[in-house]
Amino acid sequence: MINDRDQKSLAEKQRLQAEEDMFHSVRLDRERCIGCTNCIKTCPTQAIRVRNGKAVIISERCIDCGECIRTCTHNAKKAVTDSLDQIHDYMYTVALPAPALYSQYRTARTRNQILTALKKIGFDDVFEVAEGAEAVSNATRQYLKENHNIDGPVISTACPAIVKLVQVKFPSLIDNLLPLQAPVEVAAGMAREKAVKETGLDPDKIGVFFISPCAAKMHTKYAPLRGKKSDIDAIISVQDAYMPLRSVIKEMKPEEEEDIATASVFGVRWPNPGGESLALGTKKFVSVDGVQDVAEILETVETNEDSKFRGLEFIECLACKGGCLGGPLTVKNVYIAQVIMKDMRSEQNNRYKVAELPEKDIDYHDVLWDRKPVHIPVDKLDPDMTKAFRMISDMEEITGSLPGIDCGACGAPTCAALAEDIVRGKAKLTDCVFKLRERVRTLANEMFELEGVLPPTMGNEVGETDAGEEGTETTYIFRSMQSESDEEGAEEAPVENEAPDDRSADEEEGSESIDNKRFGGLYTGHFAEWHNI
Amino acid sequence: MAESSMRIETPILKDDFASAGEASSKVKKTLTMLGVNPKHIKRISVAMYEAEINAFIHGGGGMAYTEIFPDHVDILIEDHGKGIADLNLAMQEGYSTASDEVRMMGFGAGMGLPNMKRNSDDMVIVSSPGKGTRVKMRFNIE
Repeated sequence: MINDRDQKSLAEKQRLQAEEDMFHSVRLDRERCIGCTNCIKTCPTQAIRVRNGKAVIISERCIDCGECIRTCTHNAKKAVTDSLDQIHDYMYTVALPAPALYSQYRTARTRNQILTALKKIGFDDVFEVAEGAEAVSNATRQYLKENHNIDGPVISTACPAIVKLVQVKFPSLIDNLLPLQAPVEVAAGMAREKAVKETGLDPDKIGVFFISPCAAKMHTKYAPLRGKKSDIDAIISVQDAYMPLRSVIKEMKPEEEEDIATASVFGVRWPNPGGESLALGTKKFVSVDGVQDVAEILETVETNEDSKFRGLEFIECLACKGGCLGGPLTVKNVYIAQVIMKDMRSEQNNRYKVAELPEKDIDYHDVLWDRKPVHIPVDKLDPDMTKAFRMISDMEEITGSLPGIDCGACGAPTCAALAEDIVRGKAKLTDCVFKLRERVRTLANEMFELEGVLPPTMGNEVGETDAGEEGTETTYIFRSMQSESDEEGAEEAPVENEAPDDRSADEEEGSESIDNKRFGGLYTGHFAEWHNI
Repeated sequence: MAESSMRIETPILKDDFASAGEASSKVKKTLTMLGVNPKHIKRISVAMYEAEINAFIHGGGGMAYTEIFPDHVDILIEDHGKGIADLNLAMQEGYSTASDEVRMMGFGAGMGLPNMKRNSDDMVIVSSPGKGTRVKMRFNIE
């Protein structure tokens, strides 16, 4: 009986875990979405479809990379973040600025100015995420020194979207992932500890607020790869913090600045592409930014296409072009941010320009993941392989019949994706505008042919309308659809007398009717028009 | 009862460097759609890629035939190129007959055949100078 209870709680735990893992930060604002299909094409995991005129995100496929936020021209894609108002939920609050924040203010003279401004808008204390970054760099160096029996380079994991990308598209590289917590998570733990020590308050009376450029970090807050919940209480986007800080920064005089910055250039440099790698003390690395490029490179690593990659120790992968400075929740253009950041780093204060990564008192085992990310098999068609064989060959057939231009009008990113959706029962062949047209044309032709087939009771000279009753009714219908022009020049076509039960002759005449020979000018205009739609 | 299987045939085009690797890529995608264990997909992709590149670089292009069963995958790659002169030598790690031009592109590390052997469960090579090369590999995926 006890075993039964344990089993249940394990299953329940796993179910909750799966639900947590499904939490997505990237959401759609339905009011603003017009179903333009731009976002479906740039999604790296083809996770978006358009249905009923609105974009729909397929939950299992979404990696929270924020590409769709960037692509959307109608501002309909958003990231879920918390509000600054939540400061009031805590007795004591600590702001954790991502180093990317330092790159957003052209008028800021120093880092201290920005950090002091955070205190002025309501936070009791500030703790730099860059400090957490330096701690993680220390831990990573330790990890890399040991042989972990991994085939190929270690892949950075500070970017949650990259972890998700590997789970969905490159499961054979899960073992290559650096299994350490991200800088912000480590910083949050350190900040909370510091706050408890300084205030003597209960840990849960302390609010740790991350000021973030990143949409994906929200996912880490809800589903950290830890045994306990995340140390981050709230995530405020750089966009939301921007204006409140801006006026304070502008008005701050140099003497008002508090001396609170502590991190060195090694930590502050993390949001730049290559920043994380440069703190590792090895040349055998490559930094890849932009999720499409990362996918390409990881594909290469997986198939070992270039033996050069085998010799690499570390691959730094960032979902955003320009690194975290280019995060979807930032304000400034990434290149302007890079320039501002450079100025920030060459501040007079030599304290930040150190030659070596500052040593931190940390053991990498203390910041290891508590559980390994699992493969999310989104591409699997069916657990029964024989059924899957059939589905694949159906897919090939359907793809062959589609125009192959990936126009997106069906709401799927490519013709192949539509074929897969059809085979999975999620779409119909006529969702394709071109197939729909084909079908309409086939039906129209069938209608022509049907129209040409007369029952034996009707004569075959419908053209001879001298108020003959059979002819009149038919004429009326067609006339009501066309203007007067067809009445002029209406010739009487030569008509042959046929025996009523000569079926084959009738059928032949039926097809000739499309050539308008039988019906003369009366029907020419309509048929020609119909034929051309 | 005959076991159901899926056959995939892809040509390996000579001189078309941009499409080198397409055959193994297609098989990899198919295996993913079939829900085969990722660790098998990885070793099949690596082995097939090496064989395909060999056919491309040394064999002047050829054909790749794959047959997927619920419990195993058979891959046959054949070319009508110059053939392998000394198979024992070719199987040695580091030995390569790749030209300088090809080495500059990142190939020619001499690990292809040993990689294929290591990643497959059964491998047979039939080759002789002037008669081309046929490589057959089997992978158990149960």
